[in-house]
Amino acid sequence: MTTFEVVAEGLGKRYGPTRALDTFDLTVPPGTVHGLLGPNGAGKTTAVRILTTLLRFDTGRATVAGYDVLRRPDEVRARIGLTGQYAAVDEILSGRQNLELFGRLFRLSRREARRRAGELLERFGLDEAAGRSAGEYSGGMRRRLDLAASLIRRPRVLFLDEPTTGLDPRSRNQVWDLVRGLVADGTTVLLTTQYLEEADQLADRISVIDAGRVVAEGSPDQLKAMTGGDRIEVVVRDAAELSQAARLVAPICGADAELDPEVRRLSVPVVDRVAGLVDVVRALDDAGIAVEDIGLRRATLDEAFLHLTGHRPDEGREPVAAGRKADVA
Amino acid sequence: MTTVIADGWTMTRRNMTHVVRAPEELILYFSLPIMFVLVFGYVFGSGMQVAGGGSYREFLLPGVFVMTMLYGLGATATGVALDLSRGVVDRFRSMPMARSALMTGRSAADLLRALLEMSTLLVCGLLVGWQWRQGVGKALLAVGLLLLLRIAITWVGIYLALLVRNPDTVGVIVFPAAFPLSAISNVFVSPELMPPVIGTISEWNPLSATVAAIRELFGNPGLGGDSWPAEHAMLLAVLWPVLLIATFAPLAVRRYQRLSR
Repeated sequence: MTTFEVVAEGLGKRYGPTRALDTFDLTVPPGTVHGLLGPNGAGKTTAVRILTTLLRFDTGRATVAGYDVLRRPDEVRARIGLTGQYAAVDEILSGRQNLELFGRLFRLSRREARRRAGELLERFGLDEAAGRSAGEYSGGMRRRLDLAASLIRRPRVLFLDEPTTGLDPRSRNQVWDLVRGLVADGTTVLLTTQYLEEADQLADRISVIDAGRVVAEGSPDQLKAMTGGDRIEVVVRDAAELSQAARLVAPICGADAELDPEVRRLSVPVVDRVAGLVDVVRALDDAGIAVEDIGLRRATLDEAFLHLTGHRPDEGREPVAAGRKADVA
Repeated sequence: MTTVIADGWTMTRRNMTHVVRAPEELILYFSLPIMFVLVFGYVFGSGMQVAGGGSYREFLLPGVFVMTMLYGLGATATGVALDLSRGVVDRFRSMPMARSALMTGRSAADLLRALLEMSTLLVCGLLVGWQWRQGVGKALLAVGLLLLLRIAITWVGIYLALLVRNPDTVGVIVFPAAFPLSAISNVFVSPELMPPVIGTISEWNPLSATVAAIRELFGNPGLGGDSWPAEHAMLLAVLWPVLLIATFAPLAVRRYQRLSR
């Protein structure tokens, strides 16, 4: 057990009749990034709030950095950093004052807090804005300040709850680079996101969560493979020939093709990519079916998600539960 | 214990820095009592009577001191509610700091602020002809009673903020609640001159106890009547705030702990 930085076993949390988390399990080895992927209201934020000691849970067990979240919350708090969906900084204080305040509350001496604040401001490209109120910062700057605040004590485990929601692509890339740098230095990261690209880019492993429980876990590639892997897509010239083409490719690929008559396209999963493609081309040619386009397409995490949960990641599920959680957050 | 004090002091400094960096709010809270002194002292004051005689402005000033303490409720509650709504409280709660620091820091900073407001108001009072007539010792005792009331009001404010959470709603609630509380008291008018029912309510109003007690300590006119609360103003001026603190501080702490539900 001690080899994992984050452990959750059968965590359950309910709000009245709503199960925000339902036997939620998670293990994160040190120095890795673990992504929690799920739609709004799936329980991502609830899980993070429990693991960061902000929220009590009803059932199960959780340890972070080797300490029990329920019994030793202060030991956990001394070893974690948290950056939530809403930049949790003091909007009236300047960037520097914010970091010094949090440094003092992290038990740094006054001089040490000042030194660390200066160091982080420089590293996060905020030294020019250090004297301005955080309330005047742009969204990206505020998020960077927020991230800097979670790093004051060099946390062993960093929790990032939708760290790039609402950021423009440039700021998003900046945050991603910062996270990569931290992981290179040995920090363990638990990241929640509704962006598949983000999980794909950053995470070593991903837990797909839906309705409060983990429905799938694996590396991004493993998850993509769960959809049935890659597919061959064929667009025929004459819509009338689509079903005949489908009958031809099915035995080659060993699976039924999905048809989209409106765009005269069929799509079929394939295991042996190249040989499959060659055989399909030959079979269609032999049958004299005119092909407008043909190609191999790699599975996306988006499809994996749709396959696993039955809906797209940015579609909310259970709006009641989502509202309830927003209220708590 | 040392961390409780150290973290409390860090949070106090944080709140005081807010006053320095965003003084607009302070100006609002300063201008209100000064406006009351001017409007009631000079406009309505000419037609006002003090039971038992004496200058109305001298009667009014202790009332305005107390009212200023009361309106601190708005600053406290809005400040706490803003922290809660901005998520910065989540950061504090995820850090290894003393749990109490958020509230003790707020309470201490508001007290320091009240001292600042009091000194300004005392000077304003002296400018419009108010004075203390019983020596510095009793005057300081009166200031002490005012600050005690302010501490009580701070805890009501913290509780209110934790209950309502939304800073806009807090702003909407506080003033309509505070104004009648200050009007149905002995702040502007002696309760003896009011209709009987309202007069009785005014006499038992916690604010009236402090107002009557500091009028006595400052030696200002308007020592009200022979009713029980008027005769025991000094006792009540201590008892009411202590009772409020004993009620609202535990409530606020419990409410704060319930954030993790």
